[in-house]
Amino acid sequence: MTPFTNFESKMIPLPLNNIDTDQIIPARFLKTTSKLGLDKQLFNDWRYDAEGNPKPDFILNKPEMQGRQVLLAGDNFACGSSREHAPWSLTQWGLRAVISTSFADIFKQNALKNSLLPVEVPVDVHNELVAAGNDATVKIDLANQTLTTPSGRQVQFPVDAFSKHCLMKGVDELGYILEQAPDIAEYEKASPAHINALAASN
Amino acid sequence: MPRTIIEKLWDSHVVHERPGAPTLLYIDLHLVHEVTSPQAFQGLRDRGLKVRRPDLTIATADHSIPTTDRTLPIVDQIAKKQLDQLEANCKEFGIRCLGVHSERQGIVHVIGPELGLTQPGMTVVCGDSHTATHGAFGALAFGIGTSEVEQVLATQCVLQRKSKTFQVQVDGTLHPGVSAKDIILALIARIGVGGGTGHIFEYTGSAIRALTMDERMTVCNMSIEGGSRAGLIAPDDHTFEYLSGRDHAPKGADWDAAVTRWKQLATDEGATYDRTIKIDANELEPMITFGTNPGQGVSINAPLPQPSDVSDPLERDSIVKALAYMGLEGGKPLAGHPIDVVFIGSCTNSRISDLRIAAGLLKGRKVSDKVRVMVVPGSQEIKRQAIAEGLPEIFRAAGAEWREPGCSMCIAMNGDQLAPGQYSVSTSNRNFEGRQGKGGRTFLASPLTAAASAITGVVTDVRTLL
Repeated sequence: MTPFTNFESKMIPLPLNNIDTDQIIPARFLKTTSKLGLDKQLFNDWRYDAEGNPKPDFILNKPEMQGRQVLLAGDNFACGSSREHAPWSLTQWGLRAVISTSFADIFKQNALKNSLLPVEVPVDVHNELVAAGNDATVKIDLANQTLTTPSGRQVQFPVDAFSKHCLMKGVDELGYILEQAPDIAEYEKASPAHINALAASN
Repeated sequence: MPRTIIEKLWDSHVVHERPGAPTLLYIDLHLVHEVTSPQAFQGLRDRGLKVRRPDLTIATADHSIPTTDRTLPIVDQIAKKQLDQLEANCKEFGIRCLGVHSERQGIVHVIGPELGLTQPGMTVVCGDSHTATHGAFGALAFGIGTSEVEQVLATQCVLQRKSKTFQVQVDGTLHPGVSAKDIILALIARIGVGGGTGHIFEYTGSAIRALTMDERMTVCNMSIEGGSRAGLIAPDDHTFEYLSGRDHAPKGADWDAAVTRWKQLATDEGATYDRTIKIDANELEPMITFGTNPGQGVSINAPLPQPSDVSDPLERDSIVKALAYMGLEGGKPLAGHPIDVVFIGSCTNSRISDLRIAAGLLKGRKVSDKVRVMVVPGSQEIKRQAIAEGLPEIFRAAGAEWREPGCSMCIAMNGDQLAPGQYSVSTSNRNFEGRQGKGGRTFLASPLTAAASAITGVVTDVRTLL
């Protein structure tokens, strides 16, 4: 995983509530067995018309949005399915952070494992960001957990210490869990009944 | 200190807790399917890792599998590659796979309980958000992403942060025509699709106790639609009776010991929850969704909300957008709205009791000639049971299609889909834009409401047909 560094970017405003993972990447694109090439399908059904041509009025298709790294979404972003294809497609398009008032639980965990930072802000900050319009710039500083709004206000956002460490150092979680193998073996050795029940029969 | 069942399940699965890191939690049952696993197996291969506990892992094919004749070759070559990949991965890593041609194939959340794999007191994960279904057995069951699938394959553990507890207390008695699906749709309509974020539901109360295991699975299944990763019900005699004699359920003296253990799981007297909501089952009516998320639901005869009634601007926007996508007007009820397709199936409502309920209403009747009706059993076992009971004949005589088991039109990955603009009444769990096919428009409802609407060709209050 690439270490997460501080950056500033203009926002892509898409302040709709409850944007679900079926909008982020429709299920019919999940037949792939690869993680790659999903940027083209990001927001597919909002982004392209029936003939597959980009819809010029959809925010992601506007020329000035290209290269931006922050999505400004509405509440409960990425609710719905557990598909990790959602953060894969967002990061492959070039996004490094999503700002919202809240994130769906499974998505948040998936995003953090893919160097995509969920930046949760209070409603008043969110309102300010939405009101700032289509060309407003924010700064994101993970070490200090601050978002600098277009008006220069610094706002703290929450990130748990472990995820922050993994993001900043580019550590992937599996490596960490593998190091815990002795404790896992110890847990199994104690043979809790709930494990044995199934192991014996399967 | 008195504990809830959620805390008991958590505590018994903690491998360790280290300062500065999330809890390392042990997983007892890992269910795998074709869509969210290929990249995880590739990850293992890239690192030269094995599956730590193939004996606690089981796979099936459900999402991208056709629901047409299985003896025919699969037409969709991309889906075929994914299905073949699942079988190859399971073979390579030593995992039992109930694949396309298995007699035990079925929707992953249907076969886990059906085979007795899902048991009280377990932690269950799957790369699928509807893993919450297994909570019906008093298991802590939740969906995970593909990175976590890889982690569980390699280590049998996940890193988890403790969720808050949320009691959903449903007391009273459901009226005829009102079912488990209406309980969960009513809950989500009340708290919204993000209402349970950061929480785990425990469903309690006399109306929950009265539910069969199939009905409990319907309720727990849609916990995620209320934003909660997991939702569970303490095991009781219904649970034990369901599990007794199933393939993987303990036998003999082991069974007695297990039941004794399982009886300890219920929430202790005096334990407290972070949040509680109470629902009166007596007041519930058949529910239906009108919008593009499962929280946008109403009683079947209630008028749809007017955007002007909503004060929050973003919330108002989402109602405006939903009504526009759905081609509906605020202020009018949905009952009487014409439909094109009825889908009876999915991990929410494809179990034998759902099929019996639908068949009971369709017996001796015809479905509307304006409506395509698809009935998709949840598993091969359910299909066999339905055949033994003569249900396919009832469906066919009524003019409905009887298909092979799979996720089918719930997720529309396999070619079973709505055409743009079509309306469905669906017993599945999600009404997101395009969920059942690009441009398709979904009304979520119970099997009773679906069967009633199939007969009339319009959204129908089943109580008018009872």
